[in-house]
Amino acid sequence: MPRPGFVHHVDRSTPPTLFWRGEGFSLERLPPDRSRIIYAPEPLPAIEDIDAAIRHALEHPIEDDPLSAKLFPGMKLTIAFDDVSLPLPKMRRPDIRQRIIEAVLDTAANAGVDDVHIIAALALHRRMTEAELRHAVGDRVYDAFAPRGLLYQHDAEDPEQLAFLGETGHGEEVEINKRAAESDLIVYVNINLVAMDGGWKSTATGLSSYRSLRHHHNVHTMQHSRSFMDQHRSELHKSNWRMGEVLRNAGVKVFQVETTLNTDTFPTPFEFLSKREWEWTAKDRATYLGASSALRRTPTRLARKIFHSIEAPHQMTSVQAGEVEAVHRITTENVYQQQLVEVEGQTDILTMGIPYICPYNVHSIMNPILVMCTGLGYFFNLYRNRPLVREGGVIIMTHPTQPDFHPVHHPSYIDFYEQVLSETTDPAEVERHERRFAEDDWYRHLYRTSYAYHGVHPFYMWYWGSHGMQHAGRVIIVGGNAAAVRRLGFTPASTMADAFELASDVVGRSATVTHLHTPPLMVADVR
Amino acid sequence: MKALRVRRSPTRFGLARLSAAWDPRSAARRGPLEMVRMDPPDLPGPGWQRIRPRLTGICGSDLATVEGQASAYFDDWVSFPFVPGHEIVADDENGRRVVVEPVLGHAARGAPLPFPDAAPGDGNDYAHLVRPPLEPGIQIGFCASTGGGWASELVAHESQLHVVPDTVSDEAAVMVEPAAGGIHAALMCHPVLDGVDHPVVAVLGAGTMGLCAVAGLRRYLGPDLRIVVGARYPVQQRLARELGADIVVDPDEIPRAVRRVVGCHVVGDHLSGGADATIDAVGTSSSIATSLRVTRPRGRVVLLGMPAEVRVELTDLWHRETQLVGAYTYGTETLTDGTRCRTFDLALDTVAACSMERLLSATYPLDRYLDALAHAATIGRRGGIKVAFDLRESQEAR
Repeated sequence: MPRPGFVHHVDRSTPPTLFWRGEGFSLERLPPDRSRIIYAPEPLPAIEDIDAAIRHALEHPIEDDPLSAKLFPGMKLTIAFDDVSLPLPKMRRPDIRQRIIEAVLDTAANAGVDDVHIIAALALHRRMTEAELRHAVGDRVYDAFAPRGLLYQHDAEDPEQLAFLGETGHGEEVEINKRAAESDLIVYVNINLVAMDGGWKSTATGLSSYRSLRHHHNVHTMQHSRSFMDQHRSELHKSNWRMGEVLRNAGVKVFQVETTLNTDTFPTPFEFLSKREWEWTAKDRATYLGASSALRRTPTRLARKIFHSIEAPHQMTSVQAGEVEAVHRITTENVYQQQLVEVEGQTDILTMGIPYICPYNVHSIMNPILVMCTGLGYFFNLYRNRPLVREGGVIIMTHPTQPDFHPVHHPSYIDFYEQVLSETTDPAEVERHERRFAEDDWYRHLYRTSYAYHGVHPFYMWYWGSHGMQHAGRVIIVGGNAAAVRRLGFTPASTMADAFELASDVVGRSATVTHLHTPPLMVADVR
Repeated sequence: MKALRVRRSPTRFGLARLSAAWDPRSAARRGPLEMVRMDPPDLPGPGWQRIRPRLTGICGSDLATVEGQASAYFDDWVSFPFVPGHEIVADDENGRRVVVEPVLGHAARGAPLPFPDAAPGDGNDYAHLVRPPLEPGIQIGFCASTGGGWASELVAHESQLHVVPDTVSDEAAVMVEPAAGGIHAALMCHPVLDGVDHPVVAVLGAGTMGLCAVAGLRRYLGPDLRIVVGARYPVQQRLARELGADIVVDPDEIPRAVRRVVGCHVVGDHLSGGADATIDAVGTSSSIATSLRVTRPRGRVVLLGMPAEVRVELTDLWHRETQLVGAYTYGTETLTDGTRCRTFDLALDTVAACSMERLLSATYPLDRYLDALAHAATIGRRGGIKVAFDLRESQEAR
């Protein structure tokens, strides 16, 4: 029986705690008697017969007809799937998406459907490489569909490929992939890694364009999503649901297939990264020492390559299909069942180690903007009810934060860093530059023909962290490049002790501390 | 009189060049420059008079000479020994406060003017620069006959003197000569900007000359012009903004900054389009290459910084049909509305309007020339822009 999440109160006997630092990690001592560490629940048991569970979900859907009953000869069927940003780290083959797509294709073939398109729903993310597509959908599907142009990636900048479907009651324009919109059925294949994934966000965001996205990917929405992981308090969620209503009213038919994963994040010999430190075995300690010592001597590029080659052992814990909202209610419950940890009250300081990866740097570089987004956008928002840190408190992150950018994946990030952040870090001020980046022809060209994130993407990253930025009295990065950390508007510190000293200016000398021991992912239910 | 003098000595030029790499002070000490007591220069003829410097700036070309970095090209255009210093505000024999337009032009050498009212820098033939009665010399500060501003006295021709209004301080007036150079370079951009909506000019380097070019661009090429500046040091970045730059970035960031403003693509290392004109106020192989990369096809690169021997790939210049033009000095300008006027008159207006005295960071008495030159050689990283010799005390003592 897996153990639930756990809040450990630090005392003098507590061993040093693991902090991620990009492509490395360190052990840090937290102040005893006023610190606590939140550990994620242990991985839930995986479904044993995954293919059978998928087939069962497709034929016994929630509040919808079985998939086989919705398919007929001569129909247009579009299968859309989550892109390379999920799951993290990438999962071992076969990927769940491959299993589901194969099952859907089998059902479609049996029903005599021969007009099938398979679309990577990447919104404004970078295009996936052939290797990444093969990893996600499998070689059989790739080889059968890609060469004939039937497996491709959503292009949010091709006006010929987009269909405008109307506006929500709030004036939000809804524009999605034309092929999907005009299909008799969209089967959306989702991986629900965190509670904000899935539901109408799959179609209304994943298959949409800047024209639509700008209505919820903005500072106002992000600052009023408290948090992204709590649907009832998330403006982002509400906006996507309003857009979903427009899709439904426009006659777009979506058969949603959602999956959840357990928290089995790191393979052998890196399991110690998920463990509670006092339970480390001699082998774990030796692995930690060996790995951290080797990583210190390893060139960053090589270290990145090593880490990005990690394939996570996480397994599917649930699969459900059918009507979008009904499916997502159950998916969310399943996510919470795996990730929720009850926590009592807030503290003055929140600490977090920023790992080498986030949804936007798969096979890439965690640049300073993504460091900010991972810390303040993702980890800070891993809460329900209240943030783990009190308003005006201090957030301390650990990461090297080098001003390194992947020139192919993140070209507009470089300009955002050089131009926008050198002028302002205030999200509201930053937003004034958005349109120019969004409409820059070169970024468009690179997004469409190369492997670049859309020109507007760094803005979205900045907005993602805007609630955390607004909430925190100070943000400190330990071990980061001082100039880069300052460019982000944060305070650099050399050591964790220095960071606590700097934090004491804001929250006093006996401040309480929470350390979010993630990854693995969790959601703190703060009472 | 007391003067700093450069003598022709290949050994000392070599020593200075070697020393400059690690210690500018040592370069000044071991190089061709020496503090001497010498007789004031003779008056070369009618129209000449003695002037006594108040402030004289230390220019990049002066430093290049002192550090043995100047091009051999000048060997035939200067005469030794000479007293450096051409950024001069002085008192003339009539008690007027004047700035010196240092080019030894046709009038000063008794040659016919190339056109009526020509300024010293005008004309399409430089034969007069080596013509008697003066020894060869492109300008005061590089001519054995005239002396230079790094002394308590020199001679100047009346065609070279511009009276400084009482409202302009000595500190602002000493910036007139570099300001004139910057304005001249700015106005040289105009032919490729004419008729362009929201034209863009990039400026590489924000030392004295780069900043003066920025001031000239903003003042004489209009408010629609978008100016992108690459500046290394915080003080340079601040002043570039204050003088009218729209975007100021680190030098390494200038290609991306220009691309953002123009909205073009990047192909390999080159912009597909680029700035309409680029003023290179650095003058190195690297800065020239960058200037060519960030200038649009059929645009213009104005070379304001004095280069020596450089190595530059020119295929892009050929392919993009880029104009590469030098901007040595000043003379008679044509403004955007067709008006013709003297660059020095524009510069006198500019130093007053733009409070250019703020560019003068430090002054030294002549006796402390080693400190002054060392400071000037490292001025950017020491948070300054311009160093000058202050000779006012020695004038009062006379």
